[in-house]
Amino acid sequence: MSLLDAEEITKRFAGISALDRVSLTVERGELVGLIGPNGAGKTTFFNCLLGMLRPEGGRVVFDGVDITRLPVYKRARLGFGRTFQRVELFTGTSVRDHLLVAERSRRGDGALWKDLLNMGGPTAEELARSEETLELLGLADFADKPVESLSLGRSRLLEVGRALMTDAKLLLLDEPSSGLDRRETASLAETLRQVQQDRGTAVLLVEHDVEMVQSFCARTYVLDFGVLIASGPTTEVMSDATVRSAYLGDVV
Amino acid sequence: MTDFVSYVIDGLPFGCVYALVAIGLVLTYKTAGVFNLALAVQSFLSAAVYYDLKARHDWPIVPALFVAVFVVGPVVGFILDRFLFRYLRSAPPVARLVCSLGLLVAGPEIVILWFGRTGSVNPPAITTNPDRQYHFLDYVVSQRELAIIVTTLLAVGGLMLLFRYSAIGLQMRAVVESPRMTELSGINADRVGSFAWMLSSVFAGLAGVLVAPLYVNVASQNFLFLLIAAVAAAAFGRLSSLPLTLLGGLLLGAAQGLLAAYLPSGSVLANGLRPGLPFAALFLLLLFWPGLRQRRETVDPLSGVDPPPPAPVATERSRALTIATRVFALVAIGVGSFFVFFQLDSYWLLIVTQGVVYATIFLSITVITGMGGQLSLCQATFAGVGGFTTAQLVDRYSDMPVLLTIVIGALLAAVVGGLLAIPALRLGGIYMSLATLAFAFMFNAVLVPLDWVSGGFVPLRVPRPVVGPVDFASDKAFLMLCIVVLAAVSVLVIFVRKGTTGRYLAALRASEPAAASIGINPARARVTALALSAGIAGLGGGMLVTLHGRANTVFFEPLFGLFFVVIVVTLGARSVQGAITAGLAFMLFPEFLDAVGLSASYQFIFFGLGALTFARHPEGIIEFQTRKSLTFIQGLLDRRKGPPATSAPGSPSPPGGDGAAGTRQEEPVR
Repeated sequence: MSLLDAEEITKRFAGISALDRVSLTVERGELVGLIGPNGAGKTTFFNCLLGMLRPEGGRVVFDGVDITRLPVYKRARLGFGRTFQRVELFTGTSVRDHLLVAERSRRGDGALWKDLLNMGGPTAEELARSEETLELLGLADFADKPVESLSLGRSRLLEVGRALMTDAKLLLLDEPSSGLDRRETASLAETLRQVQQDRGTAVLLVEHDVEMVQSFCARTYVLDFGVLIASGPTTEVMSDATVRSAYLGDVV
Repeated sequence: MTDFVSYVIDGLPFGCVYALVAIGLVLTYKTAGVFNLALAVQSFLSAAVYYDLKARHDWPIVPALFVAVFVVGPVVGFILDRFLFRYLRSAPPVARLVCSLGLLVAGPEIVILWFGRTGSVNPPAITTNPDRQYHFLDYVVSQRELAIIVTTLLAVGGLMLLFRYSAIGLQMRAVVESPRMTELSGINADRVGSFAWMLSSVFAGLAGVLVAPLYVNVASQNFLFLLIAAVAAAAFGRLSSLPLTLLGGLLLGAAQGLLAAYLPSGSVLANGLRPGLPFAALFLLLLFWPGLRQRRETVDPLSGVDPPPPAPVATERSRALTIATRVFALVAIGVGSFFVFFQLDSYWLLIVTQGVVYATIFLSITVITGMGGQLSLCQATFAGVGGFTTAQLVDRYSDMPVLLTIVIGALLAAVVGGLLAIPALRLGGIYMSLATLAFAFMFNAVLVPLDWVSGGFVPLRVPRPVVGPVDFASDKAFLMLCIVVLAAVSVLVIFVRKGTTGRYLAALRASEPAAASIGINPARARVTALALSAGIAGLGGGMLVTLHGRANTVFFEPLFGLFFVVIVVTLGARSVQGAITAGLAFMLFPEFLDAVGLSASYQFIFFGLGALTFARHPEGIIEFQTRKSLTFIQGLLDRRKGPPATSAPGSPSPPGGDGAAGTRQEEPVR
């Protein structure tokens, strides 16, 4: 059984078909890419997986559970982690706080009465776990810095870390390379590889940057105009004629 | 049947003016994203100007009407847009709502300064012979009513033609879709926005002039009532459709006419329900009207193109400075308490005690607005739930300890808050604020007059508590108790802020999608916040009735709920100090005004206008000034230690500031 099994997702906006029976699977611990030119439906598909949009047809099965109709936060509790194309951090808190709040959410034991008895603060165990993640991502030096002071690359890493704290089995990364230069992209890819080795987290990477997908993903799906036009091992997909024409335009 | 129709006709003039103001609301909400509660003030102002010109200066009808509606209206609308709301476009919806709330609180008092609070009886109509009767079939309509109906139909018809056939109408429809997209096609969206504001203001002014003669005098509370009825009509129109909005206004007017005729006039409930109808209608519409369900805030499709707003300056403070400020605070509290307990007479003691009790109530706003980022406009009502419960319990079970009844009152208020939050939060954003507003007025109009709530005409008496050997009957002892309660609640609020709930709320406030993506349930966190907040307000309400020895309905009027928010937000909604300062200021500021010879109503003006700073300094004046001075002191300390080795990595520099200056200097050379 696959970790993520999206079956024939269909989404229409005012009669225009944004996604037409798109299917995709991700196995445990696998690194999968999803590419496509602008307007191909990548983000729409992503939002259907995450529950930000409700597809008209098809279903999403995650770890054996049908999650097609679950709200976002319930999917997160099942092990869906994500990052945002435009970084979404909790302004006004520190780097460590981000990990701690995610950790508390994973444990789910934040009753109000505990707060009222001043038992709502981070426990030693939570601090230790957040420390581990900080080390893994190389953010330990910034632990007590306010997030506003982080560079974009580190902010992206922090988003990854926040998702990891919830014990995400699958990380959905929404164009992580956007806004980063080549060196930063390479170092992000390197850290992600380490995360994958260390935690065994599967990754679904929605990307614009073909190079990053090539270096990172074993398997790739290609979307164009809401239809899957190719899928398979990344190297094969990249040499596929239809993919080339979708990206570069038909050479007449 | 004839009766039925004539009752409907009786209600129509009211329905028409509701519709006019509602259309004004929809215009600015759709084009500028501002839900302009200040329309009540704009209506009031136009009505006052018309009264002044027509009745006091004997102007003829036409010029008076022209100046009141078509000069004053657009000018006010233009000023509001040009000098205030235009700068708030990228501000969060709550910030915009706070600004219009500030205007709603300050505005009427400003108008009254010029117009006078009394002496405006028999407002003139806009026709020469308003009492003349016209007969249509079996029905009788007065000229006054007919004028209102005809004017409304003309105004709405004209607006629809404007939208459909004029260039500015097309541009306005485009701006509704996306102001930035419109600008890209070469249209000045600011100008279109100003026009919408002016138009909206004309509609409000027209409604004000039309509605004034339906009442005995020109008084600000009539216009507040008008506003809330209009909000109900606008909600019926889903805050977007003009025809539906018109229909909503007319239906509400008709329902009011029917209710006035058919409800038996004997029962207290009927008497309360009649004026309470618009509030109840708004509340029910917000909860059950399908068009409003799951509505997201209007979002510009190009908004993602904007650079993110500049991050607040992150400061790191040295430990020594933090300790120093805490010691200073303790010393100040110690000296202050000595002064209060040993130097003040009973009058000032009462003032200070009230301030301490209000500070407790205001901490509820720290929870819901400061921590939760939501604007609740019914905190005075929650306090009322607590206060009335205390009074009722003490009245019925005289052997029940007073402190226990206060706690029960607080718990009941928390339950009410939680129940209100469940449907209201599903709506989110400004709808939650509107639902609390409707609830506050509905509670006041329908429930408060009932015997089993307020005790009817004579306020219920509440004795001071006796705990074991300690009798809190003396004012000093009771002040002590109030301080202990305030301290306890403050500590609880700080615990909650540091704990899970506070951290979840902080995450939600910063980014709801990100918070949900790590498994935080937004609705649950917010229901918890509103229930906790209502509980704190209820506790404060119980203390308040115990302090005064009776449960006066005046303490918990909905207007206070609005003012509470305004004063806390002005002084600081994020911190406990902010709430405590606000509580003391609420009591001491009128005394100060009195000492310098100003009327106490200036307090509404000062704090109402103060709330306008919320968009720029959501942390409030106290927090902002504290941070500024502490940063300054920190700077001095750092300088004495020598220059810092490296500048902070995130030290904000104006993006491209230097570069732009450089380019400008180079240009003349070329």
